[in-house]
Amino acid sequence: MDWVLGSSLVGFVVAVFYPVVRYIFPPASAESVVNTVTLPFPVSELPSGSGRIFRFGDRPGIAVRTASGEVRAFSARCTHLDCTVQFRDDLGLIWCACHNGQFDLSGRNIAGPPPRPLDAYDVRLRGDQIIVTRPS
Amino acid sequence: MSRLRALARSVVQWLDDRIGFSALIPIARKKRIPVHRHSFWYYLGGMLVFLFMLQVATGVLLLFYYRPSAEGAFESIQFLMAEVQFGWLIRSIHSWGANLMIFVAFVHMFSVMLLKAYRAPRELTWISGVGLLLVAMGLGFTGYLLPWNELAFFATRVGTEIPGVLPWVGEPFRTVLRGGEEVTGATLTRFYALHVSVLPGIAFMLMALHVLLVQKHGMSVPPGVEKRGGARLTVPFLPNFLLRDFIGWLCALVILAAMAAFFPAHLGEKADPFAPAPAGIKPEWYFMFMFQTLKYLPPEILGIEGELVGVAGFGLLGLVLLLVPFLDRPRANGEHSPWWTWGVYGTLIYVLVLTYLGYTEEVPTTDVGPAEETAEEVTSLELAPDWDFLPLTLEDPSTSDG
Repeated sequence: MDWVLGSSLVGFVVAVFYPVVRYIFPPASAESVVNTVTLPFPVSELPSGSGRIFRFGDRPGIAVRTASGEVRAFSARCTHLDCTVQFRDDLGLIWCACHNGQFDLSGRNIAGPPPRPLDAYDVRLRGDQIIVTRPS
Repeated sequence: MSRLRALARSVVQWLDDRIGFSALIPIARKKRIPVHRHSFWYYLGGMLVFLFMLQVATGVLLLFYYRPSAEGAFESIQFLMAEVQFGWLIRSIHSWGANLMIFVAFVHMFSVMLLKAYRAPRELTWISGVGLLLVAMGLGFTGYLLPWNELAFFATRVGTEIPGVLPWVGEPFRTVLRGGEEVTGATLTRFYALHVSVLPGIAFMLMALHVLLVQKHGMSVPPGVEKRGGARLTVPFLPNFLLRDFIGWLCALVILAAMAAFFPAHLGEKADPFAPAPAGIKPEWYFMFMFQTLKYLPPEILGIEGELVGVAGFGLLGLVLLLVPFLDRPRANGEHSPWWTWGVYGTLIYVLVLTYLGYTEEVPTTDVGPAEETAEEVTSLELAPDWDFLPLTLEDPSTSDG
């Protein structure tokens, strides 16, 4: 009898709390399937030694142009705690304002607390257009 | 006039016949408060109850105008501050009141620690008090996002990312907290629910338990005073102590009104998830020492990611804080525990120094323009339903949130 009552109680508790726990976990929403974007600014508007933020689907990306004129693109999410990075003209680096993390123009973490390089995207040019692709 | 008084008396009598609250008056009159050189710290608990009630009252008033959505939150606060009569005052008192409440809670906690008021049989009083401090900080954290401005957006992104670094449980916890992978309108509605319903509910329950335990065990007399034979004087709770409490509450209200009038709460810029984090980003002052610590930690410590070490360290500190009455064994056995006292002073100095550094450290600033306009999509694109906060959608430009 105790066993029946005890397991009924456990069953009752599970029946009440399981839906609640499932409820607070959000459904896996349809992730953005963007793999390639054409940036809204041409190469001519990205001078050497500069960088600009762009939207890559539902996330921010950053395009930089090195002194030699090469265009590179990375995820703009700092690998430390997810802040959005920016290009610092005065440092010539990618910088995170939240915890002073610094990345070079290859996306490598070179100073501050970020533990990993920025995720790199592939870049190709079509005339004056910049096309950024997530590496497969 | 006398008729009115008679009417009021009969209404009170009618209520008392049904509720029986007059039975509490002799109990309150019997309660006495010890008087000694540390008695001042006894007033902080009552002050916290007053500040919490003030937060509830001003919070309810804010709810009359606030719209908890990524499209409407910022604008509703803007409207409240600019158009609603005394809207700026209510919001500023709520904002300053939150800061003052957490400040008083910290002072209360450190005073209880240094006066060793957590000794048996007050262990549960201490634990419920630490719980209340955490809930108050949770209220501060969730409330910070509600105006949906730039600083709050990034502070929330960092704040919700911190537990995300923990192995196994971190990611699910972050997802539940954010209502998805990112900080979006879904996060705002979750924080709103936590801020106006879940956390105040928990706070009320913990406060009831805390006050009940304080009534049961009475005020703790510090060991130093006990050693000298205990408090020689006592004052009755009703009316002496309560009247002094009232004076403290009145002072707090005056300070809050002055702060609200001279330094009204700012709103800043509306959150733009595609803008870079602004230079000089800072969390609320009571999280500053943690924020600053994470800034100083190297990327790797003994092969472990720096932020993980930091988060684990703060978790351990929280656990030690919760278990102070059980870990301070010498004091529990009636002996001196100078190491604990020095530990408390050390923690206090650490928190103060890191907070000071957080506010004084020079942050190089730079002019960074707003996020670029939408990129032209080359491949197919689906947007999650919760991404409705985007200033420009990729498929339908007419759904801009302007």
